[in-house]
Amino acid sequence: MPETTIESCNVKRLEILSETGDADESLMPPLSDSQIRELYETLVRMRTFDHRALNLQREGRIGTYASILGQEASQLGTVYALEKEDWVFPSFRENGVFVARGYEMYMILQYWGGDERGIKIPEGLNMFPISIPVGTHMLHAVGAAMAAKYKRDKVVTLTYFGDGGTSEGDFHEGMNFAGVFKAPIVFICENNQWAISVPRAKQTAAKTIAQKAFAYGFEGIQVDGNDIFAVYKATKAAVEKARNGDGPTLIECHTYRMSDHTTADDASRYRSKEEVEAWKAKDPIMRLQRYMEKKGLWTEAFGKQTEAAAVALVDDAVKKAEAVEKPKPADMLTYTYKEPTSRQKKQMRDF
Amino acid sequence: MATMNMVHAINLALKEEMERDKNVVILGEDVGRDGGVFRVTEGLMDQFGEERVMDTPLAESGIVGTAIGMAVYGLRPVAEIQFMGFIYPAVDQIFNHAARIRSRSRGRYSVPLVIRTPYGVGIKSPEHHSESSEAHFCHMPGIKVVVPSSPYNAKGLLISAIRDPDPVIFLESTRLYRMIKEEVPEGEYTVPLGKARIVQEGGQVTVVAWGSMLQKTMKAVEGADAEVIDLMTLNPFDEETVYASVKKTGRVVIVHEAPKTGGFGAEISASIAEDAMLYLKGPIKRVTGYDAVLPLPKLEDYYMPTVERIRKGIDEVMQY
Repeated sequence: MPETTIESCNVKRLEILSETGDADESLMPPLSDSQIRELYETLVRMRTFDHRALNLQREGRIGTYASILGQEASQLGTVYALEKEDWVFPSFRENGVFVARGYEMYMILQYWGGDERGIKIPEGLNMFPISIPVGTHMLHAVGAAMAAKYKRDKVVTLTYFGDGGTSEGDFHEGMNFAGVFKAPIVFICENNQWAISVPRAKQTAAKTIAQKAFAYGFEGIQVDGNDIFAVYKATKAAVEKARNGDGPTLIECHTYRMSDHTTADDASRYRSKEEVEAWKAKDPIMRLQRYMEKKGLWTEAFGKQTEAAAVALVDDAVKKAEAVEKPKPADMLTYTYKEPTSRQKKQMRDF
Repeated sequence: MATMNMVHAINLALKEEMERDKNVVILGEDVGRDGGVFRVTEGLMDQFGEERVMDTPLAESGIVGTAIGMAVYGLRPVAEIQFMGFIYPAVDQIFNHAARIRSRSRGRYSVPLVIRTPYGVGIKSPEHHSESSEAHFCHMPGIKVVVPSSPYNAKGLLISAIRDPDPVIFLESTRLYRMIKEEVPEGEYTVPLGKARIVQEGGQVTVVAWGSMLQKTMKAVEGADAEVIDLMTLNPFDEETVYASVKKTGRVVIVHEAPKTGGFGAEISASIAEDAMLYLKGPIKRVTGYDAVLPLPKLEDYYMPTVERIRKGIDEVMQY
């Protein structure tokens, strides 16, 4: 009896936009000039928000905060490929995804400032509150995708997690359920190389995270996560595939967490300056800016105007967040169940 | 009216609710083709198809986690965990998500999910198949815990649980599954959550029990002037009914299968001490399983409260 190869998988990596701002035109996704400007403006808004949130934390005006610095293209390129009716299940680092989906920035600050009302998603926005327990929310995204499929809704769900999240059992269970039920879902791994202090190499012995998808019976692809065009193109294809009933995809956005894990962390304890500097050169926004300059889409005036507009929006968000009145203490009990229990009603009288 | 056991009554509740509401779906291990290891979901895949009765991969966290996603999306999933001893991988999903989503989204999202699981001693099964860990779940705000003690109540409570807007852990005693038969109406009726049932009125002692312990309690109180309360919903538990009875009798025995320390009997006992202490004639007595890792079947009859132990507990409180 011969020994034969019965299955093989080719793991691909997609890159379109180089660090110098040159794009492989043959791979470019169809994006109009105004869409490219919109991408740039959103990236700047995301970064401006993030920068301000870090400062607010340092000034003691909000609590612990998880920065997105360096991951803006991975967050925007993915969410930009979705339609309004599609659902997003984010982890705790997707502040940029919230900004990109038009979520009120003051509410993001309100949440990180310690007020649950900041994560009350408005009606009409199909997003789930962030998940703090790592990896657990992937299953919710799979379940929602299964429900959408059952209801014959042409809806796709998309979920975000990090390289650390892929070590969790729920990653395996989520990927496995998605494959078995051919759920309309896109898994986005923002592989930012660090799970707090533990490097990517200690999360998995596999060469890529993308290749894990093949074990669950569907495709995985690695993209340059700092390349907005590559991220968008891969996600768009995966979303369309899911919408057409052809099942899930795993996209590994190969990126880097430029900041500390959260404001409660000090990354200089465990990684070198050289490593961080090397990734600075791959900055996603600078790269898009260079591309736009070459295309005549970016001028200094446009850059300044974009930044000023972002600063104004964030200023306004900070003002609004800080003007929100403290929640009522009894509110901690109000939403435990649809109807408070008789015991809870008694407890409410303490306030 | 048909006479049926608890397996059939629960099956009927599922069938009728699925006929009534297309959003009700079932998922779990072996629930489809096999009809569940206890046959509780027998025939449902044939009637409703694989889309609504889903045989899932063997993964408890996966079952509950995806069910949460379905519930948030608008379905009413009924997930089965094959035995309560195997529910622990799903506890992260139950505590950190199912219980919290309504609160942390300030009411924007809810999880109308039922998790059915067989529990308790009684079928001479291997390790991890006989656990009775209801107290862990009662300690988590945001979920409800329901334990029926008879076919009639099982059907009515399950229908209420499926229609409830919040997550419900629904515990089914393996010992009771085929032990009792009683008349169960076809068609719709509900037994409300959060309400206890006075099974027998009495004046000298209040005995509180639930699930598998109710049968033994009823035998134990034969000849005694005891008021027996079947709690049915553990969280939120029906304080009013318990206190009203305590005020009448002044004596309390609480019976449960789970270990004594930190058991739900402790909560009931403490609540009575807080709110009805002055009506008591003597100490509250708990008759429970021992503080032991659940033994294999050779010793399980010694582990579980027996009719004699319950009777002894009643005799003790009657000394006062």
